[in-house]
Amino acid sequence: MPSLLLTRLRQGKRTVPFPEIEPVLPERFRGLPILDQTRCPSGCTSCADACPTDAITSAGGLQIDLGRCLFCPECANACPEGAISFGQQYRLATSNRNDLVLAEGETLRLASRLAEQSHRILGRSLKLRQVSAGGCNGCEADVNVLNTVVFDLGRFGIQFVASPRHADGLLITGAITQNMRLALEKTYSAIPEPKIVIAVGACAISGGPFRDHPEVLNGANNVLPVDLFVPGCPPHPITILDGLLRLLGRIENCSRSRNSGQD
Amino acid sequence: MAPALSLFHSGQPIPLRNVPDLSIVEFRAAILSAVRSGSSLAALFGMPAQNQHVQLIAVVADSATNSISILRTVVEKSYPCLTLECPQAHWFEREIAEQWLVHPQGHPWLKPIRFHAPYRPGDRLSPAPKAGVTDFFAMAGEEVHEVAVGPVHAGIIEPGHFRFQCHGEEVFHLEISLGYQHRGVEQALVAGPGKRTIHLMETLCGDTSIGHSTAYCEAIEALGGTAVSARAQVLRGVALELERLANHTGDLGALAGDAGYLPAAAYCGRIRGDFLNLTAALCGSRFGRGLIRPGGVGFDLDSQLVVKLQERLEAALKDVEDAVALLWDASSVQARFEHTGTLTRETCETLGLVGPAARACGVERDVRQDFPSGIFRFAQIPISKWHSGDVFARAWVRWLEIQRSGAFLREQLASMPEGSILSSAGPPLPDHLVVSFVEGWRGEICHVAITDAHGRFARYKIIDPSFHNWMGLAIAMRNQQISDFPLCNKSFNLSYCGHDL
Repeated sequence: MPSLLLTRLRQGKRTVPFPEIEPVLPERFRGLPILDQTRCPSGCTSCADACPTDAITSAGGLQIDLGRCLFCPECANACPEGAISFGQQYRLATSNRNDLVLAEGETLRLASRLAEQSHRILGRSLKLRQVSAGGCNGCEADVNVLNTVVFDLGRFGIQFVASPRHADGLLITGAITQNMRLALEKTYSAIPEPKIVIAVGACAISGGPFRDHPEVLNGANNVLPVDLFVPGCPPHPITILDGLLRLLGRIENCSRSRNSGQD
Repeated sequence: MAPALSLFHSGQPIPLRNVPDLSIVEFRAAILSAVRSGSSLAALFGMPAQNQHVQLIAVVADSATNSISILRTVVEKSYPCLTLECPQAHWFEREIAEQWLVHPQGHPWLKPIRFHAPYRPGDRLSPAPKAGVTDFFAMAGEEVHEVAVGPVHAGIIEPGHFRFQCHGEEVFHLEISLGYQHRGVEQALVAGPGKRTIHLMETLCGDTSIGHSTAYCEAIEALGGTAVSARAQVLRGVALELERLANHTGDLGALAGDAGYLPAAAYCGRIRGDFLNLTAALCGSRFGRGLIRPGGVGFDLDSQLVVKLQERLEAALKDVEDAVALLWDASSVQARFEHTGTLTRETCETLGLVGPAARACGVERDVRQDFPSGIFRFAQIPISKWHSGDVFARAWVRWLEIQRSGAFLREQLASMPEGSILSSAGPPLPDHLVVSFVEGWRGEICHVAITDAHGRFARYKIIDPSFHNWMGLAIAMRNQQISDFPLCNKSFNLSYCGHDL
């Protein structure tokens, strides 16, 4: 028992003060892509050709679909001119699928608060059922860490529950395999109204690296109506948390920024 | 009489013409005799042959001589199964039957493992089976009941179906039915490599991104005659051991949680993230995405970053030692760990288990020693093992491995060789085969790449350690209380997606 108390002292309090203070992210973190079309040589398609998920279109203006993007370094490495790079912006979740398609100079329209009636019911206590349906356990792992002392999801009134009957919504990861479709639909139908659906990760938004395989359905919005899209492969836990808090109206769109977020 | 086989090394490109074409009788005899004398069946799979026949390929690995043998034969519709005489073949033969509609005659447990339409040309129109709809074993009798769990589980975990046959609280039999995560990875790799290939390697089992992408790169580098610099090999080794540290720490925390001991669960859950963040400091991704690339690695360390990593590593290792020590001191935890989910060494060897699960049964089996590649040819990590085969042993082996991976990282970060990190990868040789092994944190990862006449993949076979070990979990549950399942399950912590592909 004394050793337990000493360990408790040594391990300390480790919860990050998000969202009050900006998180510390690794210097090499790949957040929101930064496009600079003025650097593009005419007719160059190097970035689009290198992209494993066809997230980039270069003809008629540089454009990137964050819902397909794996946030891998291939495009930035392929570009001889530095027209694409990855910044530190980790706030990436949107309310609409189309908002994830970003052209040069456009600002990402981050997710907005739930509609009034849903917000009144779910805004202070949100119970989610998680369904993994063709993921790689990357998104699942980084959703799971929200339950650790580091992120302490419970302090926001958000909790993952064991039964869809106890849930207010679904958090889906994975490309939606043919083999999981039925289980996913049954889980959704077991959740009482009003209910929300959150798609986390490139797979759940677009199929990710498995897009157009005959075994998958290219994401959750081909099966269910989705209220929140959190891009990434996998998204950083803070990106997921930021999305959830926006949905609940805990972070507004004109959010403040108190430090640079450098490591 | 088994034919004499040529011996090869892992990571060696082998011209297909040097792989003996055997009759099915010779093929079976060679496998059975090798396994009887202590070799393991690392791979057994099908691929299309001429006239719509199916070629079976086996990789038999002999850790005593660090050598592998490759065998092949052609079958049409059926052949006498190996499983009855060699239970290591059990899951492989079910896979062959499902993918290629070849019937292993006499197979005692012939059911789908992934529930998809067969790959055999000409049979594309066969209807896909429905996931989880199969002929489950059942028991009858008084006080006998069945418990079905999944595919959707209570926590944030991947989908799978578990069917328990119980007598009161006691589990007589557990049947595990998977395939819900099947994304068609192997079929998508055929005719590659392409621009998605490395990303499929990183995501076929996302908690083992480093392990699988390293196995792939070693295969493609062998086929392309690409030399990887010493510096890149060290960085790959560093990433592999960081992956092991993160996952082992997370597993020890989860085991504590399943035993109801929350302090260690809370601390380890946080420290796992510290190790993931070290990988992110190296390459920007907590799971090592973008790091391992054909020809080397995508990110380098400068001396400042090395110092920063060393400091953070020391802090995390100190914290994990502090947190894990609580487990061994808590009698309530030890009472749950000891004599729970015990596997004997004999069962382990019969089933061909790999990784910490095998080493927890006293089996000395570790790719880093048996078939070392990259930096592990020069920096040897001692094999960590324990004899008791129970949940305690599987936890204890992880703790030993955490300490040894920590020592390896200290050593490597202190003496990084100079040099470039990426060399350009050559095109793969045509009509060759290569086998690559990596000791992932769950155990032996085996990749087999076979190229066609144009140097494209005719077949790319992936064997995640979970493929060998799911049966181990099922057997470990026999005669256990059903309430011990979460603890047993977590002590193996197998991958669904790595199995389902």
